[in-house]
Amino acid sequence: MSRYAYYPGCSLKGNARPYEESILPVFREIGLPLEELDDWNCCGATAYFSVDDTMAAAVSGRNLSLAERANRDIIAPCAGCYLTLRKSNEFLAGRDPRAAKILADLKTAGCEYHGTVTVKHPLQVLRDDVGSTKLKSMIRRPLSGLRVASYYGCQLVRPFTDFDDPDHPTSLDDLLAVAGAQPVAYAAKTRCCGGSLTGTIEEVGLRLNYILLKEAKRRGADCIATICPLCQFNLEFAQGKIVKAYGDDVRLPVLYFSQLLGLAMGIDKKELSFSRSIIPLKSLWAKLGNGGAR
Amino acid sequence: MKITRKVAYEEDLDPGFLDEIEQASGCRDIESCIQCGTCSSSCPMSVYMDVPPRKIMAMVKNGFKDDALRSFTIWLCSSCYTCQVRCPSKIKITDVMYSLKRKAIQEKVYPAKLAIPVLDREMTRLISAHGRSSELWLLLSLYLKTRRPWAMLKMAPLGLKLMKTGRMSLRRESVKDKPQLRSLVKAVKEGAR
Repeated sequence: MSRYAYYPGCSLKGNARPYEESILPVFREIGLPLEELDDWNCCGATAYFSVDDTMAAAVSGRNLSLAERANRDIIAPCAGCYLTLRKSNEFLAGRDPRAAKILADLKTAGCEYHGTVTVKHPLQVLRDDVGSTKLKSMIRRPLSGLRVASYYGCQLVRPFTDFDDPDHPTSLDDLLAVAGAQPVAYAAKTRCCGGSLTGTIEEVGLRLNYILLKEAKRRGADCIATICPLCQFNLEFAQGKIVKAYGDDVRLPVLYFSQLLGLAMGIDKKELSFSRSIIPLKSLWAKLGNGGAR
Repeated sequence: MKITRKVAYEEDLDPGFLDEIEQASGCRDIESCIQCGTCSSSCPMSVYMDVPPRKIMAMVKNGFKDDALRSFTIWLCSSCYTCQVRCPSKIKITDVMYSLKRKAIQEKVYPAKLAIPVLDREMTRLISAHGRSSELWLLLSLYLKTRRPWAMLKMAPLGLKLMKTGRMSLRRESVKDKPQLRSLVKAVKEGAR
């Protein structure tokens, strides 16, 4: 039995379904089947910290408490959830006088928390718990010749820098290399996608994503691999508008790293939700040979 | 032409502002800012900002409360934490930006019609009421609240694509144990400042 509870957050049940539908089979194949944290609530992401940071830590505290009661650590595939839960966890363990009050409030509400839970991103678990030796042994159909731009975005590598380097992370590149792909030197790998700006101040959001797509193209990438739902959404769904706004064909498949890893592990393509992509993946299948008949 | 003063006099400043922000952000090192500008040069949004992050730090340090709270800068900050991890004085700049956003909302001085604080508040409202956010309902209330029906219509093709690929549902999400959530929200609100 896995010692992890899976925390989907709002995205993996919504626009990031391909992420959920690929991360679950990958972990199942690895022998760490992920069970969903029962009755989890949304983390509040950057929004809650902008409005009420005390309540932000409290609602995250409820999730931590649910995991503690189930005697599990948390795996949060969304970088926003990962950061929010981790940040709240540290806040509740810290010396801020409000932390004690929140812990008391959690107890009052019947979700007592003692600070025993660790929050991790699946990439971290794959690197540190599973390891490249085991992963390598599980690769059945290496992604030979596929040039991938590994895009980490912001919140997985910052502000917590103990998992990977905040400017030049390598964990995702290393993982994709194990899967047989060829990571390209992607200078924009930790540059921000703008988060919700594509929906609030569109011209700023589009420009930020244009820069990311353009740089991946320039490096000769066949696709971009992401670890965060908001990054994936922005990079994929803004492409049409970006091509129109800048008159530059920067269209490129944008996939979750778990979809690519699952493919390399020999999991059936149909099971990995490639069909939920709105960008045509023809070029990708052509590159991988056998017309995607796997 | 009317000539107006462009520089604040000491009596225009708020001497308690630094302390207020240090308390709200949990960052006690704002005074150690050396004005090097690493934050501004690292910030992917600074080209769109009316006041670069370095100047915001100087404003906080010196009591320019009104200028800091009314800037677009604090709303453009997308919390990428690049400035924060690079700051040579180890100032938690992103957390300072968050506390400025909260202050601006509390004091109701954020720019009218700006969608960012509206989105933040709508998301917060959904979560404290239902425990979960639903992407579709969040977007609908954002466009309604910012009175941008035209923008909403322009989003329709995107919505259709999301529906077609099964990536957006009409369901209103919610936690099962709503009473627990409600009692938590109530307990936190009680005794809060």
